[in-house]
Order: sequence, then C-alpha cells, then structure tokens
Amino acid sequence: MNMNERFEAYIASDAKIEPKDWMPDAYRKTLIRQISQHAHSEVVGMLPEGNWVTRAPSLLRKSILLAKVQDEAGHGLYLYSACETLGVSRDDLIADLHSGKAKYSSIFNYPATSWADMGTIGWLVDGAAIMNQVPLCKTSYGPYARAMVRVCKEESFHQRQGFQILLALCNGTEEQKAMAQESINRWWWPALMMFGPRDEDSQHTEESMRWRIKRFTNDELRQKFIDMTVPQAELLGLTIPDPDLKWNEERGHYDFGEINWEEFYHVIRGNGPCNKERIAARQQAHDEGAWVREAALAHSKKRAAQSSTHAA
Amino acid sequence: MAAQEHIRYIARLGDDAVVLGQRLSEWCGHGPILEEDIALTNLSLDYIGQARALYTHAGALEAQGHGEDHFAYFRDEEAFENHLMVELPKGDFGFTVMRQFLFATFAYLRMEALAGQTTDPELAAIAAKSVKELRYHVEHARDWVVRLGDGTAESRERLHRSLEQLWPYTGELFTPDAVDTWAETAGMAPDLARLKARWDDVITAALTEATLGRPEDGWMQAGGKAGRHTEHLGYLLAEMQSLARKHPGVTW
Repeated sequence: MNMNERFEAYIASDAKIEPKDWMPDAYRKTLIRQISQHAHSEVVGMLPEGNWVTRAPSLLRKSILLAKVQDEAGHGLYLYSACETLGVSRDDLIADLHSGKAKYSSIFNYPATSWADMGTIGWLVDGAAIMNQVPLCKTSYGPYARAMVRVCKEESFHQRQGFQILLALCNGTEEQKAMAQESINRWWWPALMMFGPRDEDSQHTEESMRWRIKRFTNDELRQKFIDMTVPQAELLGLTIPDPDLKWNEERGHYDFGEINWEEFYHVIRGNGPCNKERIAARQQAHDEGAWVREAALAHSKKRAAQSSTHAA
Repeated sequence: MAAQEHIRYIARLGDDAVVLGQRLSEWCGHGPILEEDIALTNLSLDYIGQARALYTHAGALEAQGHGEDHFAYFRDEEAFENHLMVELPKGDFGFTVMRQFLFATFAYLRMEALAGQTTDPELAAIAAKSVKELRYHVEHARDWVVRLGDGTAESRERLHRSLEQLWPYTGELFTPDAVDTWAETAGMAPDLARLKARWDDVITAALTEATLGRPEDGWMQAGGKAGRHTEHLGYLLAEMQSLARKHPGVTW
C-alpha cells in the first residue's frame, strides 16, 4: 500500500488524523479552505449582530448579545488555531479574507436592519449553522473535530437565545410581532442557502464525504433543517414565506419551493447587499490596529532585550 | 423611603458603568486584534452587569416601581450624573486604554472602599463583586498603557495625545459635591481626597514606566455629576435608547 492508500484506509476506519500525521496535500488544502472559511464566518458574523449591540432595547438583552458576539470571536480564535496546526499563519489567513481570496458564509452579506434580526439570526442562521456543524464534531481531522465540540455547545445556546428573542416579540404587541414576521421574511431564503448548492452542483461534496470531512450532503442537511424549523415557526405563530411549503406524508418530509440560485451565486460572487461593507469593516479594523500590533511587538522585543541583559 | 442623596449616589455609580459599558461595546467587532475584541467586550459586559445591579438597587431604594431599564433607557441627558470622562467618544485604541486606566483605577479604589462599608449592605455586596472585575480592568489597561507608551514612536505619540486629552477630566473624579459629602458623612462613601492619594501613586508609577510622565494639573472640566454634560452624551443616549423609547412599556 502506498501512502495515499494507507491514508484512505485509515480514514475509512474512522480514525482521527492529527497535525503531525502524513496527509495528502489535497486533504490539507481542503481543510485549510474549510476551517479558515469557518473562522472567517465567525469573525465577519460579528458585524451584523454588532450593529445592534449599542441599540439593544434592554440591559439584559444587551448583555446577552454582547456575550454572544464575544463567543463568536472566541470561535474565530479556536478555528484559526486549528487551522494553524495545518501549517498556515493567522496573518496569512486574514490577508486572504481581506483580498477576497478566502470566502466566508454568505449569510453575513445580508443586512441586520431590525432588532428582530437578532432573534432570527440566532434561531435560523445559528440553527442552520448547527445542522452543518454538529456532524463536524466527528470530522476526520482531530483539532477541527475538537474545536467543533465546543463551538456547537455554544451555538445551540445561541439558537435558544435567538428563539427567546422572537418568542418575546411574538408574545408582545402587534408592532413587535410584525417586526418578527418582517425579519423572517427577509432571512428565511438566505438561511436555506447556507447549506450550499444542490448536491448535483456541489464541487466539493464527493471528495469531502470520502475523507469524512463532511458527513452529510447539502441537500440532506437542508431538508433536516426545514423539517426541524417549521414546527418551531408554528409555535411562534410566524408564517414561513414559502407558498410551496407543505408536509409530504409519503416522503415524511416537508416539500419546499425553489431557492433563488441566481441570488445565491450573485452573493457568493460579491454582489450581496453588504459584501463590500463587511470586508471594508474588517480591513479598517485591521489597518487601524496596525500601530497597536507593531507597538506590542516592539515593546516585547525591548523587554526581551532588557531581560537578556539582566541575565548576562 | 431612602434619602434622595442615597438614591442618587447609587444611580450615578450605575450611570458611570452604563455609559462606559456602552462606549466599550462600540469596539465589538472592530478591535485591533481578535484577542482585544474579546477583552474589550468583556470589560463592557462587566460594566453593563454592574449598572444592572446598581440600577436595580437604586430602583428598590426609590420604591416607585422603577427597574434597571428605566434608569438606562427612560431618562434624559440631564438626569445622568456620570463623570464626563466616560462619555467621551471611544477614540483610537490608545485613547480607550488610557481612559480605561485612568477611570478603572479610580473605579477600583472606589468600589474597594464601598465593599468595606456597612451602611448599605446591598451596595457593599455589589461592590465586592465589582472589585474583582475592576482589578482585572486596571491590570489589562495598565499593561497596554506601558506597552504602547514604551512601544514605537507612533504609539508613544498617540498615547501621549490621549493622555493630554483625558487629563482635564480627571479632576472631576475627586471633587466631591453635596451627594458625595452626604454619602461620606453617612459612612457609606470614601473620602475622595484619600482616594486621590492612592490613585496618584498608581497612575504616576505606570505613566513613568510607560515613559510618558504625568501631565501638569491645569484647568479641570466638571459638570457631569450635576447633569451638565459634553455634547457627546446626547448622541450616546439617542442611540442606546432609540428602540426602547419607540416601544415604551413592552417586554423584550
């Protein structure tokens, strides 16, 4: 057996690959792409929610939202670290985000224009993310799998918090309830797009499934998400903006309408409502922080020089 | 019912915390490095938490059915009695850490004293919890002041400028008004002159280590504790209160 065959057999036995193990270049590249994309999504995902931190309508909601956005920054950190075990640096990954070479979840290219979006992002967006991420706790690359265990615990907490925000709105005044419905109308379809293209159009699915990086296909996860979400929407008393949505007794699943794939590809190509703003905001934070990072480095060099002089 | 001065003393502690917490939260998603994004959010969360406890306590003393959100969301500028320093715009990262250092050192010493008093046990309990948080805030800010002061020429220049801008707002921290005097006489609040002596030691030592030196005391700005604010507070409150005020009386 050559190295590639041994690797494939090892993966097939469900064993974990660790940073120092041999791995094919393509496996390493796929992981770097996927983990960094995930890390970038966490960091860019801070922006739409950050947009409501200063306007959260109660001190309790403000605290919960701040803690949530902070968790996302933390997820970004673990995921960048997991990615660094594959031999890339965080600086290079961030440069790829800013240059547009690396992608992040397209959902964050939609604007968060109402407070209800804080509920919807938690409920639908984090809910869809959990569907995608829970299987990753068993992904074949050890550091990624372990990072995902922690990420998923916190994400499911976020999803519940999002649901609570919407529940409060739906139990509130007519205006609050309308705010919740308007938000679901905007986010429903983009949330379904989070599972990626249809299986027959997905470039990466087959190889990623064989390598056990991915464990379910895009369409399987999307269906699972819809089946789980529809009863929750009923509980809230909100209408899902899809006239074709109905229970299919035979399939044991909900049927649903056609996703606007043209929009999906447009947003991926950079034409979503906020693509440019999101990257500009990240780039600006990075540029404005340059003097801080340089100073911290200069200071630690000075201190190191002082302590070596003292030691000598 | 509790004395008006007592309620005001507690509420203004909350005002400092909520305004500074709001300013710090503006960094959320925009920090110079991810680690500092997390750290600044943490500080913000601590202040918002302190504000909630203090406002709840003030509302209970006042006994008019006002909860924490009434104080934060349904009062106008002139009812806020925070120190002017905390309402100044967030500035660059150097301004933020310099303000944190100057203010958190004061807040730490104040809370430490409040944790030891016995006149208001509820306040003492809130203060005891806050002291633990503020100790970290001081450390975090001091580390950055030294790092940036003794970093590059640019960082030193930026930090120096922030220090010059902030210094005129330090006088107000230690100038007692009638409410402070009432609280001190009641055995609740510390003597601000004694607090100042300790603050001076901590600040001077760090500024020296940061190669910045301590500015001369000149004219000091004041007015926050009398509800006379800078132009910045109005915008901060307008943003913070906008949604809550659009839907008064609802549950979120």
